[in-house]
Amino acid sequence: MGQLLAVVIDGLIYSSWLFIIAVGLTLIYGVMKILNIAHGSLYALGAYSAASLAGYWIKQGYPPMGSYAVMLVAAILVGLIAGPVIERGLLRFMYGKDEIVLVLVTYAVFLILEDFVKLAWGVDPYFIAEPYGLLGNFSVGRLTYPNYNLVVFGAAVFIGVVLAWVLTKTRQGKMLLAVIHDREMSGAMGINVGRVYFITFTVGAMLGALGGALTAPMISVQPGIGAETIVLAFAVVVIGGLGSLPGAALAALLVGLVRSAAVHYRPELDLFSIYLVMAVVLIVRPKGLFSVQEPRKI
Amino acid sequence: MKRDRTLPILIAVSVILLVAGPLLPRWAMFLINVSLCYGIVVLGMMLLMRTGVVSFGHGLYYCLGAYAAGTLDQVFKISDMAVMLIAAVIVTALASAAIGLLLRKYRDIFFAMLSLAFSMILYGLLVKTSSLGSSDGFNIAASKIAGITVAGTSFERYVRYALTVVFACAAGIFMHRYLNSHMGRLAEAIRDNELRVEYMGASVRNVIHVNYVISAVLAGIGGALAAIAVGHIDPEMAYWTTSGEFVFVGILSGTGSILAPFLGAFIFETIRSFAYEYSPNTWQMALGITMLVVIMFLPGGLWSLFTRRRKAA
Repeated sequence: MGQLLAVVIDGLIYSSWLFIIAVGLTLIYGVMKILNIAHGSLYALGAYSAASLAGYWIKQGYPPMGSYAVMLVAAILVGLIAGPVIERGLLRFMYGKDEIVLVLVTYAVFLILEDFVKLAWGVDPYFIAEPYGLLGNFSVGRLTYPNYNLVVFGAAVFIGVVLAWVLTKTRQGKMLLAVIHDREMSGAMGINVGRVYFITFTVGAMLGALGGALTAPMISVQPGIGAETIVLAFAVVVIGGLGSLPGAALAALLVGLVRSAAVHYRPELDLFSIYLVMAVVLIVRPKGLFSVQEPRKI
Repeated sequence: MKRDRTLPILIAVSVILLVAGPLLPRWAMFLINVSLCYGIVVLGMMLLMRTGVVSFGHGLYYCLGAYAAGTLDQVFKISDMAVMLIAAVIVTALASAAIGLLLRKYRDIFFAMLSLAFSMILYGLLVKTSSLGSSDGFNIAASKIAGITVAGTSFERYVRYALTVVFACAAGIFMHRYLNSHMGRLAEAIRDNELRVEYMGASVRNVIHVNYVISAVLAGIGGALAAIAVGHIDPEMAYWTTSGEFVFVGILSGTGSILAPFLGAFIFETIRSFAYEYSPNTWQMALGITMLVVIMFLPGGLWSLFTRRRKAA
């Protein structure tokens, strides 16, 4: 019983993390039809800036509680700088190309940013553990968890709810849905499609960086974390159905629980379990859990 | 129409490489050996790209071929290169025939993602398999070829090198003939418009399946040869970044000729070994920029430089 509870709690924590890293990716795909491999680098950039800025903050002796705000600011800054640079500087020249070509373009951006991170921060790992322990712990039965996990869980729920609200209830969100549905027609109706793309990509980049910033206190921030994370985000997004927000949430939950069960009962199946879920879901539902059938075009 | 000079060039270069091999310094021999292994894999990628699908998981077969060869040495104490290569071919052919049954229904991003998932499954398994060295992998020693012991002799390196050259040449000849055959020509038709190919009575899925198996076996051979040449294998070979490199070299080379993948792989490996030496932290950046330039200005890859000039002349 105790172990089952642990599986569920660990699974929920891991699911929240997966949702945060995947949601920006699925948003960008949904609107722009770009499967953005560079999302992994934005995650890494977010983690690195949060780790170094929060580290600086704590070293200066400022109130440690402020480090959360610093991490948030770091993520937003990364999104605001990297998002527009990538979208305006490169991607806007590529719209209309094949989806698979766009994947390769973002793969090139990923490669460039991977080395940019190494040049800017060096290859030694960064540790910023303070924010992780600062909030104290909570206990469930005999198990003790740091309260920071609640922050991650809360952030996941908050992001999901806000995005769903914006998409369905606001004017901007409805315009976005129109662009998703038919890009040319919505442009003809007076929606500035270029601006919608620009804003979507920037928000998506910010979400990626936020994922990295939130993760930074839990891991050692080192080269390669972007590559590791992006394949997980891929798995979640593809399982849920590319571009689907509820799909990403459900897939994150599914993958999180399966992996947590694997870690507890058969630790050697850890990574294997995630991609097994992905393969099985794709075999049963070729386009993911939440997907619409498209007609074949001649 | 101009006479096709691809095969004479391929055979001439192979003969030159075989003859010049003993005269080459060790590093050059190793460089050529490794880039030819890579070229064999990319040759398979080229076939898939011509068919209009991109696999982001060919590291699966690269790794599987290498591990098929390595496991023979590690577990069964068989260290004959010929047996290793046969094992690699059988294992990758069986695996790709099975996985192809699923993949043949998918296109575009879903093909790429599902193949990525399969390669990551292998990666996840190997990383946790301590009897095969987990994430460190293990060393392999290919000491014999067809029963003749070569380990410790002065021509040990040359034998490994010559083996790769012969296989690369054979793979090139096979692929050239295949691309000009009935099945091979269907590949490009599928890329252009698969529904029309169906209407004309050919099975798109069968062609994709067959091409997938061919490219997987080539990746397996490349992996086994690379394992024999380098003497060490690890699960990184199945990681998605390895597969990404194959796609990269495929795009860089272009799909115009079977010579393109070998040329592209050679350029890639040369840049990589010099970059590791002089600037290990910026070489991916250089790769990324090259890739963007190729995508934007040379959609046909480096090979299109040659054909374009020939047309102008």
